[in-house]
Amino acid sequence: MNKKKLVMIGNGMAGVRTIEEIIKIAPEQFDITIFGKEPYPNYNRIKLSNILQGDTSFEEIIINTVDWYKENQIQLYTGEAVTQIDTELKRVITGKRVVEYDELIIATGSNSFILPIPGADKKGVSGFRDINDCEMMINSSKQYKKAVVIGGGLLGLEAARGLLNLGMEVDVVHLLPHLMERQLDPIASSMLKRELESQGMNFLMEKQTVEIVGEERVTGLRFKDGSEVDADLVVMAIGIKPNIEVAKNSGIYFNRGIVVNDFMETNIANVYAVGECAEHREIVYGLVAPLYEQGKVLANHICGIINAPYEGSISGTQLKVAGVDLYSAGEIFEDETTQSIKVQNEFDGVYKKILIRDNQIVGVVLYGDTKDSTKLFRMLTKKEDISGMTSVSILQAQEETGDIGSMPNDELICGCNGVTKGVIVDAIQKQGLTTLDQVSHCTNAGRSCGRCKPMVSQILAHTLGDKFDAAAAHKISICGCTTLSRDEVVAEIKEKGLTSVKEIMNVLGWKTEEGCTKCRPALNYFLGMIYMDEYKDERDSRLVNEKMHANIQKDGTYSVVPRMYGGVTTAQDLKKIAEVAEKHHVPLVKLTGGQRIGLFGIKKEDLPTIWEELDMPSGYAYGKTLRTVKTCVGAQFCRYGTQDSMALGIELEKKFERLDTPHKVKMGVSACPRNCSEAGIKDIGFVGIDGGWEIYVGGNGGVDLRPGDHLMTVKTQEEVMEMTGAYLQYYRETAHYLERTSKWLERVGLDHVRVVLANEETRKALNARMDKTLQKYVEPWNEAIQNEEIQEKYYTNHTILVGSESK
Amino acid sequence: MSRIEVATYSKLAERAGFSITIEKIDIALFKLSNGEVRAIENHSPHPKGGVLTEGLVSGEYVYCPVYDWKISLRDGKVQAPDEGEVKTFQVDIENDSVYIIM
Ligand code: SRM
Ligand SMILES: Cc1cc2nc3c(=O)[nH]c(=O)nc-3n(C[C@H](O)[C@H](O)[C@H](O)COP(=O)(O)OP(=O)(O)OC[C@H]3O[C@@H](n4cnc5c(N)ncnc54)[C@H](O)[C@@H]3O)c2cc1C
Ligand code: SF4
Ligand code: FES
Repeated sequence: MNKKKLVMIGNGMAGVRTIEEIIKIAPEQFDITIFGKEPYPNYNRIKLSNILQGDTSFEEIIINTVDWYKENQIQLYTGEAVTQIDTELKRVITGKRVVEYDELIIATGSNSFILPIPGADKKGVSGFRDINDCEMMINSSKQYKKAVVIGGGLLGLEAARGLLNLGMEVDVVHLLPHLMERQLDPIASSMLKRELESQGMNFLMEKQTVEIVGEERVTGLRFKDGSEVDADLVVMAIGIKPNIEVAKNSGIYFNRGIVVNDFMETNIANVYAVGECAEHREIVYGLVAPLYEQGKVLANHICGIINAPYEGSISGTQLKVAGVDLYSAGEIFEDETTQSIKVQNEFDGVYKKILIRDNQIVGVVLYGDTKDSTKLFRMLTKKEDISGMTSVSILQAQEETGDIGSMPNDELICGCNGVTKGVIVDAIQKQGLTTLDQVSHCTNAGRSCGRCKPMVSQILAHTLGDKFDAAAAHKISICGCTTLSRDEVVAEIKEKGLTSVKEIMNVLGWKTEEGCTKCRPALNYFLGMIYMDEYKDERDSRLVNEKMHANIQKDGTYSVVPRMYGGVTTAQDLKKIAEVAEKHHVPLVKLTGGQRIGLFGIKKEDLPTIWEELDMPSGYAYGKTLRTVKTCVGAQFCRYGTQDSMALGIELEKKFERLDTPHKVKMGVSACPRNCSEAGIKDIGFVGIDGGWEIYVGGNGGVDLRPGDHLMTVKTQEEVMEMTGAYLQYYRETAHYLERTSKWLERVGLDHVRVVLANEETRKALNARMDKTLQKYVEPWNEAIQNEEIQEKYYTNHTILVGSESK
Repeated sequence: MSRIEVATYSKLAERAGFSITIEKIDIALFKLSNGEVRAIENHSPHPKGGVLTEGLVSGEYVYCPVYDWKISLRDGKVQAPDEGEVKTFQVDIENDSVYIIM
């Protein structure tokens, strides 16, 4: 049987969702071809705001990978726009080819609306629609300072927040007196404005831009009132314009968008439109929830399944800006036929307004506290009769932990994808789902803006009850090269006895030939952790710093930081360092934050010589390993010292140096609670007290500052060594690669770790594995000095004189 | 056009960068796992620069060691979503000698 040919123009969110639905219903029915103008597979456009705000990366927002298209035998042409549709001969035409169709879906989305004013085509003026726009803004922020966003709606404010995060000064220009006037009433909108002002946004309200000034690149804006403002970057976020170019000359009927009926059919047979390019009952939708509903109806229809028509949608709006909690759905203004319930609590910054007509909720505006949004939205869409309810019960905030059990089954959990609690529970039970990822895959909940994920996860926990395993539920794959999680990979290595990075990739079906910078170092670590002293480390699977045993700097030179155990040095060592620095004209000699001396700006060819002349062990200032053990002078000199902190610090550093760990590990030892070594913000910290040591764990002084938790108090130095060994080994065996102890401890729980360490047998076993591992390490600088092969491979630059050799 | 001998094929280590300087031009030579040899300019197109020799080599790509850009060793193109291009050089192998044509 010849399959029907289904062609889709546009490779975006609504279109590809429609294809997903079609494949679910009838995997074999069509030969599918998709044309996408952008050079990427389908990605989550919604998350562009998050990219700009620095919360995620481009790779993470890909919804359908190139492999997904392959697996489903979809012919994908990216970077290729359809320029013409020939509805007579039923074919589409691009610059490169002509493709025939039996059924055609137009899903071309929309474009940013660019104001038709002089100067709008200058360099530095952009919309906010795709990866390209986003990159342009990110690049501009590196060179320029001042951004102006035109438009105080959802998109404009999200763009403005992103640009602030990128370090730019941001003005937001808005034509009307109130921000987000289509979703908020004046009270909520002024609360929003105040919050955003406190975040650093500057607003120019009631200003109409009439010209963009500048030479080749924009330098400013001029307004109708004659005033001007400087700008190095202008982002227009005033609205969207359905992208109907290809439909225009083909006899397809259009108005603002491509006009479709309740089954997404255009006026031409076998041609459909879906998404932001489609106009349904005179409405063009600009949020994914209604578009996904359209996609579902269209998928059923195209597959020949009789289903309910699409009759339009009401959707709720939220703003993806940190520190702002707002929600709006339905009508926003009172009139003679409405009654309203309002709560305004300026002190807490909370405002709620519910509009009621004929005993039904017709509008919701929430600011500062949106916990009730799902409940109110359900009441609104279901047109529930609220005559028996009191205003308090309507507005009553559900507890934060929300009683999932008492939540009705038809409560909408994922607004973007229209997924209710009932659907999620059903999928979990019938399909035996145990992870958030699986729930997302089977129900689509959480696949768009991601806001509903915490709620989905609560439902998962509630539904599974005792069987719920939090760690497993939030499984994430190691990187884009595999779908396996850290735990699965480690289990497979052990079970199948895999012994090399290459073998793991082959046997476990890696999607790339030789992995990437995320998985290769991780796999190399796992192998070394599992096989202890037997595994031969794969140096070329380590990233530059660990491979070179020195820290690369921005210009390609390196730093050299020798060990200074416990921060204790000698006059002799200081002299040696001074001599080397002088002899080699080392550009910078600096005391590091880890109580030792660093030599910075050294050429890679000079590293071995410098190491040789220093004749000191590597301080591993570059490694995922023990960095420094910072100590205070302690009982040997200090009048308050109760313990010998320097001696313990040196013993710890000598024992655990060079050990591979999932992320770097730092320690601090103080001899009294005054804590001059800052032991409270180290991965492991020790504080001497009369007759013992307090042990603190999970401290961090870096990105997410976290004080350590008191793990236990022990009496002797031997106990300190035993606990530290067991604790570190347990971290080595259970953490994700690149998970600092602070994050790890929060994930697995302090109590859990206490239970593990309380068992003497376990402690012994952990320490035995630790000791076995520690045997394998050799001093890397010395190794490089001794070994010519290493020098030739890693530390040589070959200068070739031209002339004689050339022919 | 000249053909310059730059290395001995059998001595090149797989998946490691070999740095050479010819007349002030820094070149990174890579021997891939499949035995082929590629040469590109030893300078990342990232606005802040950086060397490439010490990057992680995976198949036909090298990851910039300083900013983690993924760069094709075949055509020098930086992979999406980043953008840019590094100069590539033609490589010839003859009797265990590696030549660069430039
Ligand atoms: C040299 C030093 C700064 C100095 O001049 O003092 C330094 C230098 C670097 N730090 Fe640091 N850190 C240095 C002490 C610290 C400290 C303070 C401390 O250890 O007491 C911290 C906060 C404490 C902590 O880690 O909890 C610190 C938190 C970081 C972080 C954030 C880690 C985190 O988990 O939040 C990074 C980034 C990372 O590791 O991913 C980082 C990364 C870096 C890197 C390796 C960045 C890189 O990959 O190129 C820097 C290398 C510079 C170079 O050119 O060699 N450095 N770094 C310090 C070396 C100490 C040493 O002797 O080994
Ligand atoms: C920054 C930002 C934040 C957003 N935040 C939210 C949010 O929080 N919640 C929400 O619900 N929605 C949000 N949206 C809106 C949401 O992203 C869109 O509603 C959705 O992407 C529309 O899907 P679509 O398939 O209709 O169009 P698109 O996703 O735009 O896809 C259309 C694709 O077709 C391609 N195309 C166009 N013409 C041709 C041609 N001739 N040939 C081949 N290909 C072509 C385009 O290049 C594009 O890739 C946001 C949008 C942006 C830009
Ligand atoms: S704080 Fe650390 S990572 Fe940041 S610039 Fe200074 S040395 Fe580099
Ligand atoms: S609410 Fe947006 S993904 Fe669920």
